[in-house]
Amino acid sequence: MTRHLELKTAVMNKKSEDQTEAPLRNVPRTKISATHVDVFYGEKQALMDVNLDINEREVTALIGPSGCGKSTFLRCLNRMNDVIDICRVKGDILLDDRNIYDRAIDVVQLRALVGMVFQKPNPFPKSIYENVAYGPRIHGLASTGEELDEIVMSSLGRAGLLNEVKDRLNEPGTGLSGGQQQRLCIARAIAVSPEVILMDEPCSALDPIATARIEELIDELRANFTIVIVTHSMQQAARVSQRTAFFHLGNLVEVGDTEQIFTNPSDKRTQDYITGRFG
Amino acid sequence: MQLPILVAVIIVLSFLGYYVGQRRAVAVAGGKARALHSLPSYYGLFLVLWCAVPALVVLLLWISLEPAVITQLTLAALPPETQALPPDRLNLLLNDIRNLANGNIASSDSPEIRAAAEHFGFLQQVGSAAKATVCLGLAVGGIAYGRRFIAPSFRARNAVERMVMVFLVAASTIAILTTIGIVLSLLFEAIRFFNLISPIDFLFGLTWSPQIALRADQTASAGEFGAVPIYAGTVLISAIAMAIAVPIGLLSAIYMAEYAAPGFRSIAKPALEILAGIPTVVYGFFAALVVAPMLHSSGASVGLTISPESALAAGFVMGIMIIPFVSSLSDDVITAVPRAMREGSYGLGATKSETIRRVILPAALPGIVGSILLAVSRAIGETMIVVMAAGLSANLTANPFEAVTTVTVQIVTLLIGDQEFDSPKTLAAFALGLVLFVITLFLNVIALRIVRKYREKYD
Amino acid sequence: MTDVPDSGQFARSPAAERVSASLKRRYAAEKRFRLYGLVSILAAISFLLFLLGSIVSNGYSAFWQSQIRLEVEFSKADFDPKGTDDPKVIGGANFNAPIRDALRKLFPAVEGRANLRRLYGLISPSAPFTLRNMVLADTSLIGTRQSVWLPASSDVDVFVKGQIDVSVPEDARRIKDQDIAWIQALQERSDVELQFNTALFSNGDSRDAEVAGIWGAVVGSFYALLICLVLSFPLGVMAAVYLEEFAPKNRWTDLVEVNINNLAAVPSIVFGLLGLAVFLNFFDLPRSAPLVGGMVLALMTLPTIIIAARAALKAVPPSIREAALGVGASKVQTITHHVLPLAMPGMLTGTIIGMAQALGETAPLLMIGMVAFIVDIPGGPLDPATVLPVQVYLWADSPERAFVERTSAAIMVLLAFLISMNLLAIILRKRFERRW
Repeated sequence: MTRHLELKTAVMNKKSEDQTEAPLRNVPRTKISATHVDVFYGEKQALMDVNLDINEREVTALIGPSGCGKSTFLRCLNRMNDVIDICRVKGDILLDDRNIYDRAIDVVQLRALVGMVFQKPNPFPKSIYENVAYGPRIHGLASTGEELDEIVMSSLGRAGLLNEVKDRLNEPGTGLSGGQQQRLCIARAIAVSPEVILMDEPCSALDPIATARIEELIDELRANFTIVIVTHSMQQAARVSQRTAFFHLGNLVEVGDTEQIFTNPSDKRTQDYITGRFG
Repeated sequence: MQLPILVAVIIVLSFLGYYVGQRRAVAVAGGKARALHSLPSYYGLFLVLWCAVPALVVLLLWISLEPAVITQLTLAALPPETQALPPDRLNLLLNDIRNLANGNIASSDSPEIRAAAEHFGFLQQVGSAAKATVCLGLAVGGIAYGRRFIAPSFRARNAVERMVMVFLVAASTIAILTTIGIVLSLLFEAIRFFNLISPIDFLFGLTWSPQIALRADQTASAGEFGAVPIYAGTVLISAIAMAIAVPIGLLSAIYMAEYAAPGFRSIAKPALEILAGIPTVVYGFFAALVVAPMLHSSGASVGLTISPESALAAGFVMGIMIIPFVSSLSDDVITAVPRAMREGSYGLGATKSETIRRVILPAALPGIVGSILLAVSRAIGETMIVVMAAGLSANLTANPFEAVTTVTVQIVTLLIGDQEFDSPKTLAAFALGLVLFVITLFLNVIALRIVRKYREKYD
Repeated sequence: MTDVPDSGQFARSPAAERVSASLKRRYAAEKRFRLYGLVSILAAISFLLFLLGSIVSNGYSAFWQSQIRLEVEFSKADFDPKGTDDPKVIGGANFNAPIRDALRKLFPAVEGRANLRRLYGLISPSAPFTLRNMVLADTSLIGTRQSVWLPASSDVDVFVKGQIDVSVPEDARRIKDQDIAWIQALQERSDVELQFNTALFSNGDSRDAEVAGIWGAVVGSFYALLICLVLSFPLGVMAAVYLEEFAPKNRWTDLVEVNINNLAAVPSIVFGLLGLAVFLNFFDLPRSAPLVGGMVLALMTLPTIIIAARAALKAVPPSIREAALGVGASKVQTITHHVLPLAMPGMLTGTIIGMAQALGETAPLLMIGMVAFIVDIPGGPLDPATVLPVQVYLWADSPERAFVERTSAAIMVLLAFLISMNLLAIILRKRFERRW
């Protein structure tokens, strides 16, 4: 019961922050719309009839116990599941009203629009500069060296890493601390100017201080990007997100404003999860 | 007594020893095997060891040293003038003595030789008899001696296991002994060579025509032993081989690791392994019979003179042989790059080839370099393909259409044929062998270290 | 992946525009890259097929040998005048004469020494030995007249198989028009036939291609591999057991491990030099003996077996060892009773593969003298012998057309042995491999 109270407090604090900072927001536009999505790994069905809308320039959190399918759903949004042979996706996922699983859609382009940050930081064994420059290079986003520098610097800046690494851009990315590496991965994702950033438990491998910094960063980023974050920690979801979706055993049980989910969930399963009865 | 019979008798005695040991053990325990420290079979094994090990060890030493000892004794019995003969004459004489003693025909005959042959035969007989007596005595004595230890409190199993450990350690040191043997034997003969020819001339000289003195008053330096053209030939042919093997091997590995369907991979991978399993003499035959004439005639048809023993023919076939060395290791290395790295790249919207070229290959580079170094080492040390398809004359050139010779070819040519073991020609082969060994060792050590370090990075 | 990227969608922000613009070029590069990979593999495989194809196409004709049928008179007067029935007497007779008589009877019109010599040249120079073996095997032939098939000379054989270009002027080829006329006369009477070349499999080496066989080399290889196996398998297993189970992790064992890995990569010719310097020169063992060859091969195969055996031992889970120790077995007992049997299939597989590699080795055996021309079949590991790959090398040196096909045939036999050994290893692995 105490946990529930903590959550409520967290959400209330956030709500008051939001209200003092920003004027009344416009009605949010739907950025991504998933309808009747089923996902199969071979014979086993991992997701059942998921219908979920993701709003523009918001942080949407996907929560639920282990194995409930939230990561699977996340990976559908940028078609990372294509990499897995036995995975089949049915249903429609629309990005700005275009179905991303349409045969005519180019995956390369899609992934430049929908970026991803992974659970365990995975910088390339290259220098910090090259890590961030990789995306712009392959997509041809910079025609001159200065343009590229500009992109790298601004991405590092927006990821909150620039000050720490500006003197050692040529050192290997793998030499940074865990938290710094994850911010590097975020900078890398930002550098290709995506519209959506997917984050798959980005803080689960990090210590609390690094986690706090990343959560700050997410809050800053949502001004310009649509963010979908999978998280194990309900407190984190309460802290960073505006909308939350609760998954359980492959089903989307409930979705709604974060505040409402954590203070007054409609479904009993949601209630049980957030009060710690299971999970 | 014949050697196989002797060994057979010792083995039979060992069985006997086993039986005796077992019986004795049970006997001293008053018929109750439980009173013994170890199982009765261990007491039996204990006696087997006491019987066989001293006997066989002494036997081995004896048969290794006996010929030399008998030869020395026979020599000592010869009149002083004969003993003062130059070494090659003395060897011929000894051969005659041996042949006569064994009932074969000798090249020359004289009462002196016949007497020496009789003496030789006598010594052989004495030696054989003594050997049999000593070894069998040791075997039987071993059983008798070991039997005295048998008592209920005697820890036979421990004793046996200690002996087993000795065997195991001995077996492991064979590897070290082999390396030491290689180094010593090569060094020894090479040093004798460098006493005749200066190392500077050998390592940096530009002319190779290994002649030996036909008359006693010719000096060894009448032949040139400058090995640079030979190294150049080795480098040229290896370079051609790597130019074929590296691109094909690497691209094949990439395709099989990243693009190929499982069905295709299951056929292609074994097919490439087959290339590695074909004996090199077959490649050599193919190079000499099919490839070289084909190159020669197609060159002639476009106006190029391609030698029938061109470096290109040998190098090309060698390249084919080396493909699996590059592709197999590279395949492993590429597959070992962690999935997280690939996903990071795909997540940014990279195509497969971009991911391979910009992320996976740079990450796998140390391993790939290691595999290339190992392949180079293999190319340098390859013998049969070049013996059958490359030339014999030391030609210092960079033109792949000409005939060149390699280190391995020269080693073979210098040693096949009836040479005196001491002639500069034979010793030159060892000097070349030493150079070859050192260089391939160097390459192998670096390559293995790179590959090992690379594996640690991702474990 | 899509086939035709539709660059019209998602093109909104400048960055996204640039991404769209880059797509065509990048997909073209992707296609090219993939193509390079496929072409490489296909090139490698086609080299393999070309190699095997040329060997087989050159070699299959060697499995048949032209034989000529002659009416041979086994007269008592020639072979055993005194009727002693003594093999020494019979064996010492002149076996050339009956063959020549038979030939002259077939072509009575041939006269003059030169012409007769050419006529006699139709039959292999080794045919008398064939006849001799026939008579010694069945002395009841003496006093009869029989139709016997005798091997034709290699020039005739090559002509009958159609491998000679007869349009070339007469002085540019070995077989002359007169020979061809005789052969054609014989062919009309069906006295010339291509029969299965059993000599290839049952005879030793010979200067005459038509009776040259690989049996001597096969027996030599057998002895050499036997010695190699007897030496390297126990030593290899023992060393692997020690290094894997007992050795403390210190610098000494590190050194041994590095050593073994290096030895596995040393060029084979260096082992030959070692054998020459130590076994032949220092220990004075007989040259050309399979014993020495086997010892050299054992030194070469040892690292391979040790590495394979260690891997097999590593694969046995520690829980088995712990269980055995837990009931009070000593370490040696644990290993002998539990670990070794479980690791044995892996060790055997590695050994078979090592033996297959040893079978194909040529260079080190050249160094220790197994390169002489040996006619007799070796009776034991101490008799001078040669091995199959060296036999291939020796025959490859002969420019005669007939030897070319026999070399290819010998290679086919060698490859057949290697394939069966490798298949055996694979079957063994599949049947006995356990997945822990």
